[in-house]
Amino acid sequence: MTNTQQTLESPLAPKQTRLEELWELFRQNRLAILGLIIFLFFLITAIIGVILTSGQDPVFDPAMIRLQEKLLPPLTRPNIETLQPAEIPTLGIYLLGTDDLGRDVFSRMLQGAWVSLTVGFVAVGISVLVGIFMGGIAGYFGQGHLRYDQIIISCVLITGGILLALGTTYTGVGLLVAGHIYIFFSIFSKKILARRTLPKWFNLLHRGAISIDTIIMRAVDIMLCFPTFFLILTVVALLPASMYNIMIVIGLTSWMGTTRFVRAEFLSLREQDFVTAAKALGVGHFRIIFRHMMPNAIAPVLVSSTIGIAMAILTEAGLSFLGFGVPPPHATWGNILSDGKRFIFDAPWLTFIPGIAILIVVLCFNLFGEGLRDALNPKLREKG
Amino acid sequence: MTNHKLPITNQNITLRVEGLKKYFPVRRGFFQRTAGWIKAVDGIDLDIEPGKTLALVGESGCGKSTVAKVILRLIEPDEGKLIYKGNDIVNLSHKKMKHLRKEMQIVFQDPFGSLNPRMTVGQTIEEGLRGMDLSKRERRDRRDELLEMVGISAISSDRYPHEFSGGQRQRVGVARALSVSPSLIICDEPVSALDVSIQAQIINLLKDLQDRLGLSYLFISHDLNVVGYLSDKVAVMYLGHIMEYANTEELFETPLHPYTLALLSAVPVAEPDKRLELKSLSGDVPSPLDPPPGCKFQGRCPQVEERCREEEIGFARVSEDHLVRCWKVGGR
Repeated sequence: MTNTQQTLESPLAPKQTRLEELWELFRQNRLAILGLIIFLFFLITAIIGVILTSGQDPVFDPAMIRLQEKLLPPLTRPNIETLQPAEIPTLGIYLLGTDDLGRDVFSRMLQGAWVSLTVGFVAVGISVLVGIFMGGIAGYFGQGHLRYDQIIISCVLITGGILLALGTTYTGVGLLVAGHIYIFFSIFSKKILARRTLPKWFNLLHRGAISIDTIIMRAVDIMLCFPTFFLILTVVALLPASMYNIMIVIGLTSWMGTTRFVRAEFLSLREQDFVTAAKALGVGHFRIIFRHMMPNAIAPVLVSSTIGIAMAILTEAGLSFLGFGVPPPHATWGNILSDGKRFIFDAPWLTFIPGIAILIVVLCFNLFGEGLRDALNPKLREKG
Repeated sequence: MTNHKLPITNQNITLRVEGLKKYFPVRRGFFQRTAGWIKAVDGIDLDIEPGKTLALVGESGCGKSTVAKVILRLIEPDEGKLIYKGNDIVNLSHKKMKHLRKEMQIVFQDPFGSLNPRMTVGQTIEEGLRGMDLSKRERRDRRDELLEMVGISAISSDRYPHEFSGGQRQRVGVARALSVSPSLIICDEPVSALDVSIQAQIINLLKDLQDRLGLSYLFISHDLNVVGYLSDKVAVMYLGHIMEYANTEELFETPLHPYTLALLSAVPVAEPDKRLELKSLSGDVPSPLDPPPGCKFQGRCPQVEERCREEEIGFARVSEDHLVRCWKVGGR
């Protein structure tokens, strides 16, 4: 009884959550703060932009063509006498000039900001989700082996599905049915045949062929072998041009880095005692992965995803510039740039304005990401 | 050759380990062929009695922690039986094992790695309570009760592990283990990472909890002082084998195996006159990948002779509760 009475009253450190601690460190990095401020500014602009430029009668109409007012430099006043009342820009001034069709570049930039923002976030969202899923499986269940029979059966099922889709109905259905019969058979035979000795060839089928980790990580290696931009170009050329296709394609070609991060984190976390303790308490796999391991693995993913957003914005701008991006009536920074390149000597603002906007946004994401990485770095934490 | 099983002194045994084996494959080369086996645990027998403490002592790398993990079935054993309160638990399905997880818990060595840095200590303890049918309020009350039980004030339940000292964290680890009301706790070197003064606190805590809750401990350690203070029986382990198994007092008074002698002589004694002759061992533990035939201790044994190198030896029974794995003992 002696021990429990001496309840520990030793002083605890002042209450500070990890987030507060992180902010404390992050705040010391001036450039990162600048990045964060620009990012917030960009976010608000994009959200306001999409509200003001969409709908039947938008406040800023990015599609309004005024042929008599084309290629005006920034800060020019419109010639009110030649314009219909509806054609006069809302601000009464062409803040960023007009393009070759007399459209207001400011409105178009506002509309394009939303495209850049959503493409950046959705594409990275997709890639992070895929990456976490694949990396989590590779890291947590990676030591498990797929058996020969499982591989053969999945090949049979896939072939059956393809044949069915191609119209070879009988063979396709036959293969699918055979595959499912085998699956049922192996589920039930587990109980019946548990103690019986099986023929040798049958045991061979049950041998582990390849580990799940190997499959996923080689898939990552294969994906990394393709030059991403050209892969995206090929896929976009095959698919109908739309903003959503671009987001999905960019997302599905950039999950490899996240997968590697998450796998590496999971491999080290899996050996930690607190995970063992959770297993010993009888916590389920799902909860161990998402409640115990993921919060510890997410920090580097967050950092790489901020830089990933910058990459996605750049990729989208590049695609739009090449004419594979969001289809024309909709403005994006990339196609404003692309349209403007024909008039680079007559109207340089058409190239410079979207170019500088892309530069600033990408830079701010990179600065923010690097600041976050430094703040999360435990070595720095000790010094601070 | 005599190969005594453990003495069955008490039928009412919490956990009996019989002939437990765990070999780890060593894979080499491009095709990951199995090049050999590490015999981490090579056929050990243990009995843990209710309300008692069995200490498992040995050098690092002798397989102590593997025993702990195999008993909890965090690693599957290759051979042998784990009989928990009369039922063999080795072949239990994962579903049934989930109920049994509430009966056996573990306290880890490293107080820094054993708590999730992203969970408050309250959440950590509540993880164990989740499986039970408790209302949110009951769960909170139980959590606070557990924290108070291990000597941490309940107000600090919303704090994160990095705000606690090593000793406090170890207390939280004990509270987590207690959360499911187990009857057996495996303590895997729970005090080796702590300061001596804190060690005493944790050991007293463990002892106090044992008295109050009737817990059984499997206490894994390499510190014989701690073992002498806390345990009822001691099993000395070397390279996957139990070398000597005895009541604590008997082991400390009449150690018989040369390895036990060497271990005991390495313990610092407070009285200078009473010091045993220092019989330090030469050499290292041989690689478990390629253990010598015959007695596992032959390479370092000061009394080694021919038959130690050739024949496997079983236990010799010295008294009711005292088993020794050595040719020299028991007049063989």
